[in-house]
Amino acid sequence: MGNFRLCPDSGLFFDKNAESLMKVNAVAAAVSLLVAGLLALGVALTRWPAVHLLPADQFYMYLTAHGVDALLFWIIFFEIAVLYFASSTLLRCRLAAPRWAWLGFALMVIGAITTNVAIFQGNSSVMMTSYVPMQAAPSFYLGLILFAVGALIGCFVFFGTLVIAKNENTYEGSIPLVTFGAMTAAIIAVFTIASGAIILVPTYLWSIGYIAHIDPSMYRIIWWAMGHSSQQINVVAHVSIWYLVGGLLLGARPMSEKVSRFAFLLYILFLQLASAHHILVDPGISAEWKIFNTSYAMYLAVLASLIHGLTVPGSMEVAQREKGYNRGMFEWLRKAPWGNPTFSSVAISIVIFGFIGGITGVVMGTEQINLIIHNTIYVPAHFHATVAVGTTLTFMGLTYLLIPVLFRRQMILPTLAKWQPYLFGAGMTILILFMMGAGTLGVSRRHWDMDFTGAALSFEYSGMAYTMMGIAGIGAVLAVIAGGAFLLITVGSLLVGKKLDASAGLLQSFGVPLAPEAYNAEPEILPMAAAVEEHGSAGFEAPGTFILAMLLLVSFVVYYFINWKYLSSVWPLS
Amino acid sequence: MADHDPKDETRERIPAMQSLLENPFLLLFIGVAMPTVFYIIWGIMEVVTIPLAQ
Repeated sequence: MGNFRLCPDSGLFFDKNAESLMKVNAVAAAVSLLVAGLLALGVALTRWPAVHLLPADQFYMYLTAHGVDALLFWIIFFEIAVLYFASSTLLRCRLAAPRWAWLGFALMVIGAITTNVAIFQGNSSVMMTSYVPMQAAPSFYLGLILFAVGALIGCFVFFGTLVIAKNENTYEGSIPLVTFGAMTAAIIAVFTIASGAIILVPTYLWSIGYIAHIDPSMYRIIWWAMGHSSQQINVVAHVSIWYLVGGLLLGARPMSEKVSRFAFLLYILFLQLASAHHILVDPGISAEWKIFNTSYAMYLAVLASLIHGLTVPGSMEVAQREKGYNRGMFEWLRKAPWGNPTFSSVAISIVIFGFIGGITGVVMGTEQINLIIHNTIYVPAHFHATVAVGTTLTFMGLTYLLIPVLFRRQMILPTLAKWQPYLFGAGMTILILFMMGAGTLGVSRRHWDMDFTGAALSFEYSGMAYTMMGIAGIGAVLAVIAGGAFLLITVGSLLVGKKLDASAGLLQSFGVPLAPEAYNAEPEILPMAAAVEEHGSAGFEAPGTFILAMLLLVSFVVYYFINWKYLSSVWPLS
Repeated sequence: MADHDPKDETRERIPAMQSLLENPFLLLFIGVAMPTVFYIIWGIMEVVTIPLAQ
């Protein structure tokens, strides 16, 4: 009996071990998302001035747990599943060291639970950043370390699988572009986790009394090498999934393999240096360090994102035009499968990530105009555009694709699934835009009391700031409802969805392999999966995408100069 | 004159950039070394060279 199963719908092959590991990591990710979403509701309803739901101590506890569960656990569990998919499935190869992979998963689960327990015991409300000298319980740091070690094992299982695939000649020429993108994510993950170890291990020792002092400046620099780079893993992972979804749904091949791979190389070289924008107002750090890492280096990473922003929709346009959707500039876009939640998730993700997340990221990475919004609620607006819409919505879209393909269950509530990405995208966009507005008016992030009640130096925000925070709260509630709909559809499908394989029982939805007879295939490239498993460039005949790209560029330039103009008004020079 | 292996003519020469892109462990080294040098080590040097208050 073999170890591979052929999915008759997608043409993808699944190694038995890799399949089980993808399932359990995806399920753990969904549980993390559930916790993060419930906590998000508490945070949002507290920052909504008219509601102001939670008392201060609970607010900071919820906010800490929301940050850790949403930005680390949900994302990284899912990314480990993506790494196994991009190596084992796309290279049609057995997974390296599956026992190590299970050990890594176990460590991640233990770590995630340990950190959550530490937070909910109430003495670790130190925010995700846990800046020293604020001290959390030792188990808070220990849980994060265990989780990071588990994720690191997952990354090396990925690299081991690449080696096996090369040695066993399971692919010809170069690895597929999606796998190359996943490899880029894994490389950034290794740096991220190593940085986490460098700073969290001594911080853990400090929390149990073996180290007397951790320098706050040192902590901030090294922590952000982990904290921001972990979000760069997301960027690379969701860009890779954009290429994957384009290939699987539309048969799209990259416009140019060379250009797309070069853009991923720019990520490998420069993306992690953008962590420096968190240190832009720190005293004692030279302007040379700040400007090199944010302006010079970060702009090369931004160039890579602009390339992907052009080539992903461009490749979709070329594929659509090959099918005959050639009328005018945008028939290819109008005739795209907007009713398919996987496609609509990715499309919304591309737009919001590019137009809001990308542009605000550059504004925040510019030392001078960063001052306008530093540490205001504009900052979470930016990373909700990149992580909550860019990454999370892309991962949601991929999950819709994987329910029948990986879990062999038919999706329930298809009408709700059709609308869910739009509801989530709309709610998040309202939240993001109004948090940006409030942040521009100076509303601080992470603050329980916008009124500064009883503060020695009071500050009176304009009525508009309060209104914007209220509207942002409405957006957050919509997004949480949409997140709940996503979990209802996906978990419900795993529990009661129609079985697409006779042996796809309850346990099979949560990691147990299907019946042995299902694993009887010899891997080969099937036409359905060829666009993501083979090589080849589609060309640059995509005039509609070039117009959209110019629109992005103009928006970028206008918004950038508006911020300089605004800086000149709030910081007059005589 | 050096011996000339006729097989060399049929063997396709791999461009340097492609060799780089097809070596995951070299890319891993570069991807870790770049931010380690320019962000972490340089950043730590900045912190440790801050003069102590008198």
